[in-house]
Amino acid sequence: MDKSADRNVRNQDLPVVAGNGLIDRRALLGRGVMLAGAMGACVASSAAGAEPLTDPPWSLEIGEATPPYQTPSKFETKVVRTLSNPNNEPRNSHARTPHHLLQGTTTPNGLHFTINHGGIPVIDPDQHRLVIHGLVKQPLEFSLETLSRYPQVSRVTFLECGGNSAPMFSPQPMQETVQALHGLVSCAEWTGVKLSTLLEETGVDPAAKWMVAEGADSPHLSRSVPVKKALDDAMIALYQNGERLMPGNGYPMRLLLPGYEGNMNVKFLRRIKLVEQPAMSMYESRTYSQILPDGKAYRFYFLQEVKSFITNPSHGMALKGPGLYEISGIAYSGTGRIEKVMVSADGGKSWAQAALQEPVLSKAFTRFRLPWRWDGGPATLQSRAWDEAGNVQPTRAEFVAVRGELTKPPPILSFPNQHYNSITSWAVGTSGEVKHVYA
Amino acid sequence: MSTRRPVLFAAAFLVATSASLSKAETPHLGKPLDEAAIGYWDISILPDGTGLPKGSGTPAQGAPIFAEKCSACHGDNGKGGGIAAALVEEHKIVGISASQKTIKNFWPYATTIFDFIRRAMPFNAPRSLSDDEVYALTAYILAENKLIGSGDAMNAETLPKVKMPNRDNFIIRFPDRI
Repeated sequence: MDKSADRNVRNQDLPVVAGNGLIDRRALLGRGVMLAGAMGACVASSAAGAEPLTDPPWSLEIGEATPPYQTPSKFETKVVRTLSNPNNEPRNSHARTPHHLLQGTTTPNGLHFTINHGGIPVIDPDQHRLVIHGLVKQPLEFSLETLSRYPQVSRVTFLECGGNSAPMFSPQPMQETVQALHGLVSCAEWTGVKLSTLLEETGVDPAAKWMVAEGADSPHLSRSVPVKKALDDAMIALYQNGERLMPGNGYPMRLLLPGYEGNMNVKFLRRIKLVEQPAMSMYESRTYSQILPDGKAYRFYFLQEVKSFITNPSHGMALKGPGLYEISGIAYSGTGRIEKVMVSADGGKSWAQAALQEPVLSKAFTRFRLPWRWDGGPATLQSRAWDEAGNVQPTRAEFVAVRGELTKPPPILSFPNQHYNSITSWAVGTSGEVKHVYA
Repeated sequence: MSTRRPVLFAAAFLVATSASLSKAETPHLGKPLDEAAIGYWDISILPDGTGLPKGSGTPAQGAPIFAEKCSACHGDNGKGGGIAAALVEEHKIVGISASQKTIKNFWPYATTIFDFIRRAMPFNAPRSLSDDEVYALTAYILAENKLIGSGDAMNAETLPKVKMPNRDNFIIRFPDRI
């Protein structure tokens, strides 16, 4: 415990474990009575003179009819995705998840991020076909109906665009929300057929090292995937959080490659061709190859590496006075499970281990939380994640030293580079206002 | 990016081994097809030219097609100014911004141009071009970028042989995942 932490612990019941008021995560787990007692001590003085309780109108009349498919309360209309192309002009369309307005680890289907390159195709599920061919013993065609008769598996996994967090390549911190900075990642439970099951039936020629996956959308989007991944944990996803895929997420079927760059998880999947060499499609040889500071470029990055960010509080919010708050955010890694998340309130000088919400699943969102007593002074909040393979989320300085940064801030909706995963910092000012900073 | 420290993978290997030993019975409901039936869908082109169809086209044949079907979005002669990226640009990459990528300074294989036009262009009418037209447009774009001569025809023989300047400038990020 450093000196500032020692100062904060005075006159408090809660164990401060790091600078600027970070409280032991165990205060959240099994020490609730103590926590409630401490909070009660702060608010008890205002009980006298409160207005007597009355019944509001909705408690005195019959409510509305029950709809066949329910949608969120009309008071939640601000909880929506932000759109890059609402009028469907002839270009890409992005929709970003509002992480700062959500909790837990499951992204509701209506708020799952999407990127589509030629609008969202309207596919008749009865006519859709998936063909597997190329270096196989027997090419086969599957309908949605036949795939539904195969053994189904479910797994929770995040999907992240390779260009998520790209605004952080800016040399100055862009004053944008967590939705604008990190909204191109979401997490859902996907159900479908393991690709290895289908490849067992087609047979795979040992010469096949890659497969080219292709969608039924108008760009016929195409990506090359190593057969190694196809035989590992790839699946043909048919359901998203229990219901059929959302149209923008690939209805009626998509390739799911847990932990791998979103664009490779080909939507509206209609063809898989096994081949000896990668196709060098435009999306892999141009779009998803990343320029490095020395002028060379990465190819076949694939992996979405370990990352975390605080969703609450985050940029654009305002804290309503000193007191007890919960810092909460999301951590994930394309390599496996999150091992631990550390949180700092003093810009990285001292750290406290956050509580991880169980279950902690491989290649899935992991919610972390930590109680924090804000004393009203300046604070810089950060989170840093470790995964079970030993990968550590880099600081911004470490990241930029290897991958570089831009010479000037980019347009917020652009993708100036990809696979950005450093620590994100939020500065809390004395007014309570939260801003994006580099620290 | 990330930093690594050594850990034990023994448990992971054990799980993988036991999973591969237990092959479940599967329904065998896939409908057998022959490659001829798949033909129209099979538009994958590999960088060595595998998959390139018959046909041919020259820059001169591509120019009027480009003016009619491409320039509205990609600008006159592919020089940009419309809603879509410029296709003919001459500049070096300085710094890490992806906005600098051009066909000439970045794309490693000319086969990708044919592949992408045939599967995705024109944006409002994909797969409406004949293979000869796709070859002609590919030849036109390559010639305007001075990557081939103005009289060079592109076909299944010549296209894979076009040397793209940036081809040897890529690093495979995680070779152990391939």
